[in-house]
Amino acid sequence: MARKVNLRIWRGDSNSGALQNVEVEANEGEVVLDVIHRVQATQMGDLAVRWNCKAGKCGSCSMEINGKPRLACMTRMSSFEEGEEITVTPLRAFPVIKDLVADVSFNYKKAMEIPAYEHPADLGPGEARMEQIDVERSQEFRKCIECFLCQDTCHVIRDHEENKKSFAGPRFFIRIAELDMHPLDMLKNRKRTAQEEHGLGMCNITKCCTEVCPEHIRITDNAIIPMKERVVDVKYDPARWLGSKIRRREG
Amino acid sequence: MSGVFSPSRAQIKERTLRTDKWWLQPLATFGVLFSFVIYATFRAFEGDYYYKDHLISPFYSPCLSEACVDEAVIGGFAPISAQIFNFPLSPALIILIFPLGFRMTCYYYRKAYYRAFWMSPPACAVAEPHKKYTGETRQPLILQNAHRWFFYAGLIFNVILTYDAIISFKNKDGEWGAMSVGSLVLVFSAAMLWMYSLSCHTCRHTIGGRLKHFSKHPIRYKAWTTISRLNHSHALFAWISLFAVAFADIYVRQVASGAWTNFYFFE
Repeated sequence: MARKVNLRIWRGDSNSGALQNVEVEANEGEVVLDVIHRVQATQMGDLAVRWNCKAGKCGSCSMEINGKPRLACMTRMSSFEEGEEITVTPLRAFPVIKDLVADVSFNYKKAMEIPAYEHPADLGPGEARMEQIDVERSQEFRKCIECFLCQDTCHVIRDHEENKKSFAGPRFFIRIAELDMHPLDMLKNRKRTAQEEHGLGMCNITKCCTEVCPEHIRITDNAIIPMKERVVDVKYDPARWLGSKIRRREG
Repeated sequence: MSGVFSPSRAQIKERTLRTDKWWLQPLATFGVLFSFVIYATFRAFEGDYYYKDHLISPFYSPCLSEACVDEAVIGGFAPISAQIFNFPLSPALIILIFPLGFRMTCYYYRKAYYRAFWMSPPACAVAEPHKKYTGETRQPLILQNAHRWFFYAGLIFNVILTYDAIISFKNKDGEWGAMSVGSLVLVFSAAMLWMYSLSCHTCRHTIGGRLKHFSKHPIRYKAWTTISRLNHSHALFAWISLFAVAFADIYVRQVASGAWTNFYFFE
């Protein structure tokens, strides 16, 4: 059954902008992205919105809905009360380009800073063998759709622009954890660089990244905290450090 | 202007546009933790009413001060002076740093008090009030990395508090086979402390999380899997154990001061 809903959509660019009210029809079963498309088609022809799959798998339609970082294609209109005003803005941790589109290139720069997987030198193509229990931890992190909602909600960069140069953010901590837990990755010093170059120590584990993840990856519990513990192994635990020297374990 | 008010970002004057009651959780957390801190501080300095008929308060165990009543001392081991710089030293103050340190550096409580006390951030997507932020990279917060040492100390305390719970099954004459409400209170408190410690992230890491090849360590993998399951409820155990310990102390205090009678199911 169709109903009228009140939307407040942020319109503007990097120079100026404001929330604009609009009344639009919403039908049963629709999501916020459907309604934004209807606004675009009927009332605001030049409204900029980034989207692609409409199935929660491409991570394009990230925005903030009633102040919460969400995927517009996965936020059902039925989740709002009758008569409730719905405010839609671009991601507030990143520079705005136009209307609901933010410039997320920060994340691609950070992705390039993470050292890639390093294959064992003595294994040729097709010779690598891994057991399922050795890789299943990392597989959880492969569910990431790079919507960057975790990056957007992380207060380390959301509230402190100056931290962006020294902080990779939760999305890339799961990448580092994935590689550090990989049974065949040969790169040493991932733990140290996580702390010293990618800013793991700046995370104060307030778990907002986990709360907003549309793939329900347990970012904090399964990636960030395990990485913090691994950093303690090599940097802050003299007993472990001594053990690694005597028994020649990986440091 | 920094953070969400940076010039390059969407110009929105509100710190947050959230419409839900995002302030409720940090407010409740603040209220409960602050109340606990006030009560624990009062009890730590009180130095009395911590032992009665084989019931000892978890705030005062192990009782290591010369000031401890004889029955509260395990194996006569009470080597620490009852005074420091001519001021009386409560037995609780000697040991409280260990459970306090364990909880202060706990990954769950960090989330709770960073949000509720330091508002860093108060809630997700709610701008924090601080101009600068360096996280846990500098003193004093870099000391959060000492969590595993407090975890090890916490395990020793758990053993001692379990011993205390077992001892509470003695009757007033020191004979085994009794059971009182106090016994159940101490058993529950010790059990919840074990659950809190075993579900801890450091425990999970130590048991097997640090391994790269689970397949080479099947027993540790099994243990890690079990601890990981408990870890899902770590926050729950953190709260229950906090209430359980506080209630155990309140119970012993009330019994020791004569305000309540410890009911025996059988003596």
